[in-house]
Amino acid sequence: MRFFHASSRRDVLLASGTLFAWAHLPKLAHAEGRDPRFLTIILRGALDGLAAVAPVGDPNWVSLRGDNALLLDGKTPALKLDSFFALNPAMPNLHHMFQASEAIVVHACATPYRERSHFDGQDLLESGLPNPAMSDSGWLNRALTSLTPGGRVDPRGSKAFAVGPVTPLVVRGPAPVLSWSPQKVMPASEDTVKRLLDLYRQADVKLASAMEDNERLMAIQHSGEMAQKPGGPAQVRGYFAEAAGMAAKFLAQPDGPRVGALALDGWDTHNNEGIANGRLSQLLGALDAALGAVKTGMGPAWRETVVVLVTEFGRTAHINGTDGTDHGTATVALLAGGALKGGRVIADWPGLRTADLYENRDLKPTTDLRAVLKGLLKDHLRADERVLAENVFPGSKGVRPLAELVS
Amino acid sequence: MTARGEETAALALHRFGFGPVPGSIVAIAHDPRGALLADLERPAAGWLSARMPSSEQAARAVFEFRAEQQAKQKLAQRAAKEAEAKSAAQATSDVTKAALAPAPPGPKPPENKGPQLPQQFIENEAQARFDAAIDADIGFVERLVWFWSNHFCISADKDVAMVGAYEREAIRPHVLGRFAEMLQAVERHPAMLFYLDNIRSMGADSIAGINGDKGLNENLAREILELHTLGVRSGYSQQDVTSFANVLTGWSWVDPGEPEHGGEFVFVKLLHQPGDQVVLGKPYPDSGATQGRAVLADLARHPATERHIAHKLACHFVADEPPPTLIDKLANRFKETDGNLKEVAKTLVTADESWTPRRTKLKPPSQWIVATLRLTGGQRPVAQAASNMDVTRVGVTKWPIGRTLAVQAALGEALWRPPAPNGWPDTEAAWIDGVPHRLDVANEIAGRLPAGLDPLTLLDSGLGPLASRDTRETIARAESRNQALALLVMTPEFLRR
Repeated sequence: MRFFHASSRRDVLLASGTLFAWAHLPKLAHAEGRDPRFLTIILRGALDGLAAVAPVGDPNWVSLRGDNALLLDGKTPALKLDSFFALNPAMPNLHHMFQASEAIVVHACATPYRERSHFDGQDLLESGLPNPAMSDSGWLNRALTSLTPGGRVDPRGSKAFAVGPVTPLVVRGPAPVLSWSPQKVMPASEDTVKRLLDLYRQADVKLASAMEDNERLMAIQHSGEMAQKPGGPAQVRGYFAEAAGMAAKFLAQPDGPRVGALALDGWDTHNNEGIANGRLSQLLGALDAALGAVKTGMGPAWRETVVVLVTEFGRTAHINGTDGTDHGTATVALLAGGALKGGRVIADWPGLRTADLYENRDLKPTTDLRAVLKGLLKDHLRADERVLAENVFPGSKGVRPLAELVS
Repeated sequence: MTARGEETAALALHRFGFGPVPGSIVAIAHDPRGALLADLERPAAGWLSARMPSSEQAARAVFEFRAEQQAKQKLAQRAAKEAEAKSAAQATSDVTKAALAPAPPGPKPPENKGPQLPQQFIENEAQARFDAAIDADIGFVERLVWFWSNHFCISADKDVAMVGAYEREAIRPHVLGRFAEMLQAVERHPAMLFYLDNIRSMGADSIAGINGDKGLNENLAREILELHTLGVRSGYSQQDVTSFANVLTGWSWVDPGEPEHGGEFVFVKLLHQPGDQVVLGKPYPDSGATQGRAVLADLARHPATERHIAHKLACHFVADEPPPTLIDKLANRFKETDGNLKEVAKTLVTADESWTPRRTKLKPPSQWIVATLRLTGGQRPVAQAASNMDVTRVGVTKWPIGRTLAVQAALGEALWRPPAPNGWPDTEAAWIDGVPHRLDVANEIAGRLPAGLDPLTLLDSGLGPLASRDTRETIARAESRNQALALLVMTPEFLRR
């Protein structure tokens, strides 16, 4: 007996939340006549920093990554940033911003976490704690708690946004935060489907065949617009752009919130990473489109905006046996926004010879991500340096805020 | 506790209950069967504590609501017409129908504030039902409630007012009682009489049948024989169906528009076919309403009924093709105890056949949703605020009842809306195509979970030793907690029972 089911996974439309925002003005910054906007984007799954921003000037680059090394004169040429670094060609928007002094790349950057578990790594990235430990608040929320609110930006108060179900740890905590959910939702990603299918193939052939049939059905249903398939590249692109664009729209309003955060998943590229043409390229393209949507959505407020994109850790320097990369250590932090002193790659470059690598396998961290975040919170939002060292990133007194990031 | 005990405990919770909550595998590992038997002995097992309107009250309230809506529409139409044709001749209006539901003209009340009354009834009833399943320690008795409710299903698509109350009134009181009593309660319940078209069925030789043009409706009689008791192709004839339908003529309800007794069961002698009837070879003298009760009493203890129920129970709890020896045991117990359903349930959990380690049953969507919500912290569906706009201290998780119902419907098993009187199917073949859709639901639920849920801890809580090494690795290697949690409730071990 066959019964009615939704005809494809896409039809099971579910609300899901993305944007979380603080509904106040930061008072100190406001007193200086500024009206800063700050958006944090968490990239979950560990972004391959060497694939996003390639050290094309490093003499060991090509021998390290071989065919997977992005080059200025490659088949898909990388976008030149300076004499040493080049950007993944999937990110033209970020490249334009960089050229317009609206973007900064911080390379060989990492949180203090030195193990390789996603769960712990993400916790540490978002909690701001020096060690993996259960935390019920994130650094962004604690930073907001420390700021003197200059009054609610939205006089209508509590009715500004819908409840969003997905709450990144980075914004959890005592400071009340608004949340918003897009109507459209990201179905489970292709990566999640693949992982499940792998398990079903090992353990339960009937479930595997149901999953395969469904994927085939969707492929037929969406043939001609193959990329539109649920969880597929076009949908990821649409979702990233909608989430980020909506975030910008809220942050741009005169009475909108000033600080927001959202999380974008899917960066765990163990197999067939597709740096120049495949999966990672599509994801970076989606991220780049999202950045474009933020800039457009911010309008004139873009010049007072900083967007920071961070991930829990990097990936192995070498390509693994399945054309992907495994969990690593240092990676990039990407900063964009009109408030930045941009057009720079900030890196104390550790080198790529085996001896230069962390544990002979990962890009070695030379910049503490907390220094970047502290620099932004201090200079952009006017958070207090002592509070940053004690409450926001506890135990980070020795990690000085990176100066001169914002103009 | 031994791993063996925990494995049996996990099996017990998934197969006979609504799935583990954190800690429950360990809690019952010393005696999983004993824990199931104890679930049957809880005082007030199967009853809901929530106070809700009876089916008659609900039927009258929904009737009044609809009449008021109709009157409002008429008034609005009338106003529009009058405005349109101010200079034209006076339109005649049909006042007789409006008189049925007098609604004083006045300012329009605000529209669309939350769900309308009929939907409110459904949501409140659904909420109480989900709460009972999610809050249960094990949920064996609740599973039995769901089983019997589906066996004797009606549909909200036909009558929205009574569907939740029906389950509370006709199913729950008897779920550990006698089958014969449940059968009587179900078949004379107004919701069933309406659902299977008996309220206007009349004998050809009844007073109403002679005076009117309408006659017998066999629907209820046929479904009682085919679905509720003997089972299809179990030896009854068309003549049996017709005779039984004659017996049941007169079983009806008071029209819900009647303000005092509307919606109640009533035996209408004017509809009843006079005379004796022979059903399955046995003559039943005409004794009015009790003629039908006598037939039902015999059907309840018919050998075909025993086997039909035994097979269905075994199929529901153990395997799509259950071991014949298990069916024998259940049917025998049913016979020995004159259909004592608690004793039958005990046999179900004490029979060795019920404990096969092969977990081939696929949880239908509704059970899977409950199992997921139980494992992930007992978040229960909550009544939705009139507006979904809100500010929250983030970390608060909400899973509105309306959303639960929508998700369950999207997965193909709309609560209390089965497509036909045979209820929702109970086999893998019916549900396996829909499994991929569950992944998006899993994804959403995972996204709503509170901070700090550790996927591997939850894996132990939810599956214990049932989790294979591959499953464990898949969860451990997930890209994020959300992904891990979504994968966890989609593993074969969690989908099956």
